Amino acid sequence: MAEKSLYYLPEGLPAPKAQRDGMDAGFWEALRRHELVVQRCNRCKTFQFGPEWICHKCQGGDLGWHRVSGRGRLYTWVRSWNPVHPALKQAGPFIIAVVELPDADNVRMVGNLLGDPMHDAPFDAEVEAVFEDHPEATLVQWKLV
Amino acid sequence: MGEYSIKDKVAVCGLGETKYYKRGQAPVSEFQLACEAILKAVEDAGIKVTDLDGFASYSNDRNDAARLATALGLPHYAWASMVWGGGGGGGSGAVAQAAAAVAAGYAKYVVVFRALAQGQFGRFGQAAPVDTVSGPAAYAWPYGLFVPAQWVALRVRRFMHEHRVTQDALAAVVLADYHHAQLNPRAVMYGRPLTREQYDRSRWIVEPFHLYDCCMENDGAAALILTSSERARDLKQKPVYVMAAAQGAPHRAAAAAENSPDYASSHFRTLAPRLYQMAEIGPKDVDVVQIYEHFSGAVPISLVEHGFCEPDGVMELCRLENFIAPNGKLPLNTSGGNIAECYMHGLELVNEAVRQCRGTSTAQVPDAKIALVASGPMVSPVSDLIVRG
Repeated sequence: MAEKSLYYLPEGLPAPKAQRDGMDAGFWEALRRHELVVQRCNRCKTFQFGPEWICHKCQGGDLGWHRVSGRGRLYTWVRSWNPVHPALKQAGPFIIAVVELPDADNVRMVGNLLGDPMHDAPFDAEVEAVFEDHPEATLVQWKLV
Repeated sequence: MGEYSIKDKVAVCGLGETKYYKRGQAPVSEFQLACEAILKAVEDAGIKVTDLDGFASYSNDRNDAARLATALGLPHYAWASMVWGGGGGGGSGAVAQAAAAVAAGYAKYVVVFRALAQGQFGRFGQAAPVDTVSGPAAYAWPYGLFVPAQWVALRVRRFMHEHRVTQDALAAVVLADYHHAQLNPRAVMYGRPLTREQYDRSRWIVEPFHLYDCCMENDGAAALILTSSERARDLKQKPVYVMAAAQGAPHRAAAAAENSPDYASSHFRTLAPRLYQMAEIGPKDVDVVQIYEHFSGAVPISLVEHGFCEPDGVMELCRLENFIAPNGKLPLNTSGGNIAECYMHGLELVNEAVRQCRGTSTAQVPDAKIALVASGPMVSPVSDLIVRG
């Protein structure tokens, strides 16, 4: 990440794609529109992520997508050094973050923490979603606020 | 538990292991390694090869029961089971399934085994090079989150933050593993001691895991044979009885995108109580522990969830002097573990637990009677075992 780039990570990592059965299509389509959504049970209003076919709380099957603000809290993060994918061979260390979404009952999402990867961000720091458009899909990244 | 319990009904009567090689260096195929370990276990038990009538394994072992039975020339076989999912988390579960088969009368001599020549087939710590990904991995791979080292580290870091655990606790696990490996000629790291300074200087894989915090990658095979306690008492070795076993995982442990509710957990919270209840003992009755360390940081969390200390007691318990045999407060991984003996997906830990109960360990805990094995951690399912000599 020494050069200025459109993307946090080098190109060549797998691009996310909706499942064939369409269960998570709503999530990926929303990201394309720069909206962050979380699955929510229409019956008992429980949030869940990753999405499922059944509500884990009431076992009902009527689920929808609920837009959230994009504000989050840094639940945990690691600095990853070993190149686990060929595309990461020339990359330096980078941060993988797990972010809690308070307006979705603290469901979590995985992303990268933008900024200097050698910076030690405090746990539970406030973060905000940043949309990273790639040709095939849009990712949601996070930055400290 | 009542009358529905395998407690003390089944015993380990034979152990076998091949030499352990560095990844990719086994001179023979994975299948041959499996056969060799099984044949050694048969010899150790003092039974005939043709007495075997069941197979149990885990982690999608590639060495089919049907092929093994054929290659070994068995008159027939009556049991074949594979723990469903969880990778190395199924090691104790495979023993549990073998014990169930024997206790139920489905088979008489069931061999639990694991054979690995990862070099032949691809590595756990490397991503498959694909262009797109969907399903649960779609929330992780595009962000560079691919391998267990990374998602275990995410959980360990949260635990360390919540309970003020430092790198010292992780180092204690690694140094204990290496200490015990120096006493074990079978260990891949035998003759290669490790200092705290070398540990600290070693490169980061993913923080908080240095190179030495990570299990090795090895070729080899391990096996153990279970039979009824009655039959075991007539065989060559001192029987080691299965007191209890448990497998499974807690609520939504397999939720995608790091959403398992009890996150900074090794997934033993719902298993450990069932395990101790079946064994009718508590943590204070355990003389020696074998805790699966794919990564060192999983051990302190596993010890907490098995009741060996409270979360805020981790720093006090997780010290080198407590972990080393013969006199440590809680001897840990006494043959060197996944980090310094070999990474046989934790089956070598089961064999070591049996050795401790037989009195034949290379780092023997004096008068060790009861040994606990925890397989996993942080996967789904995880599994647990308690054996006694």
